[in-house]
Amino acid sequence: MLPLVLDKVAYAIRDHAIIDDVSFEITAGPRTVILGPNGAGKSVLMRLCHGLLQPTAGAIRWMGSRNGRGRQAMVFQRPVMLRRSARGNITYGLALAGVSPRERRLRAQDVLEAVGLAHVADKPARVLSGGEQQRLALARAWALGPEVLFLDEPTANLDPGATREVESLIGQIHAGGTKIIMTTHNLGQARRLGDEILFMHGGRLAERAPVATFFAQPASHEAAAFIKGEMPWQ
Amino acid sequence: MNDITAAWATALQLIAAFDPQLTDIVALSMEVSVTAVVLAALIGLPLGAALAVVRFPGRKIVVVALNALMGLPPVVVGLLVYLLLSRAGPLGELGLLFTPGAMVVAQTVLCAPIMAALSRQVLEDAWREYEEQLRSLGAGAARAALTLLWDVRFSLVTIVLAGFGRAAAEVGAVMIVGGNIDGVTRVMTTTIALETSKGDLPLALGLGMILLGIVLGVNALAQLVRDAASRRYG
Repeated sequence: MLPLVLDKVAYAIRDHAIIDDVSFEITAGPRTVILGPNGAGKSVLMRLCHGLLQPTAGAIRWMGSRNGRGRQAMVFQRPVMLRRSARGNITYGLALAGVSPRERRLRAQDVLEAVGLAHVADKPARVLSGGEQQRLALARAWALGPEVLFLDEPTANLDPGATREVESLIGQIHAGGTKIIMTTHNLGQARRLGDEILFMHGGRLAERAPVATFFAQPASHEAAAFIKGEMPWQ
Repeated sequence: MNDITAAWATALQLIAAFDPQLTDIVALSMEVSVTAVVLAALIGLPLGAALAVVRFPGRKIVVVALNALMGLPPVVVGLLVYLLLSRAGPLGELGLLFTPGAMVVAQTVLCAPIMAALSRQVLEDAWREYEEQLRSLGAGAARAALTLLWDVRFSLVTIVLAGFGRAAAEVGAVMIVGGNIDGVTRVMTTTIALETSKGDLPLALGLGMILLGIVLGVNALAQLVRDAASRRYG
């Protein structure tokens, strides 16, 4: 379904531009990190790409897919768990994707083991800890076998231990051939998980660069200020 | 004062002895109100879910109208159903007037808007939390509505019981469409009204106590269900 092409995309609410004139092309392979301060429009941009919002101007196209969205999934900053078991949350997503009941159980078991939640598979999802819920949200998305996985600040609400676990899982999912597109405002995470950086500022794409280049020599004034502001010791 | 004391004593005796007249009346009351509540739930809850999930022009007007219908006076419902079911009315051929069936219809009309309005509120709050996740997983409106209904099922118990309280306690509608015929359409509330006006307090008091007991018991049960559910499912 990739590449994903955005052509002069804008998103406004009552004349207030949240995303303004953003164009880029995202190809299969490298982990793409959308970086930027709070309010830069990262989350809205991701929702536009995923199809949860429609642009008010411009176009978003999946060049490699003839009809619609293809196989994509999204994990949100705060995991939304249904009032059923951990396993039930995964099979629910698979049912919506049209997977047969037998296959659902097999795949659910596989991903539960992969994210280390097999021992709580039959517990109600909502009584799991925040870190476990976010891993379950990853498992629910992973089970769908997505070509593209969107992650919106997936560790913003987690403690360092849970963050490490989630980051390691994101690495595994990427290693399995899934394209990762994630937002973060955390420079350390962008460095650890990113291959390329899309830096957003004030609803615009300020800069795009491979991760090493971006941190060594930010081309835009905004990115330089952001890096300096976040890491004033440098 | 002595009269009232004697009335209490006789009332308790009637209850303790399972007086056949008393038990018949209680049984008919329960049959009518439970049937009406089941029908009202089948109509009201899906309506509430649809209103919570689907956006259409004029939706706000429907919501306001529905909220207003919660305060529908039972006598007015009785009158409307009477007109509908009377010989000359559009549904006169069914021959339902002055039967328990007519009373079921009236109480259903009374309760369905309450359940729709209250469930709409609860489901809309849940939808705000779930919308992006469910749309991301590919749920259409109908599937989303069903998922929401199932996920707030413990709150719906309280709503259904609120409807039951309304049905079991109202006099006006069943009086008009049932006719309060001895042994046929006489229920607890209509009997209490009639016996009190005749000065026969023991039967009225006995029924009053049973009615209170039922309403109390049902609400205690609802509380237990909710507490157990929130402990278990979070």
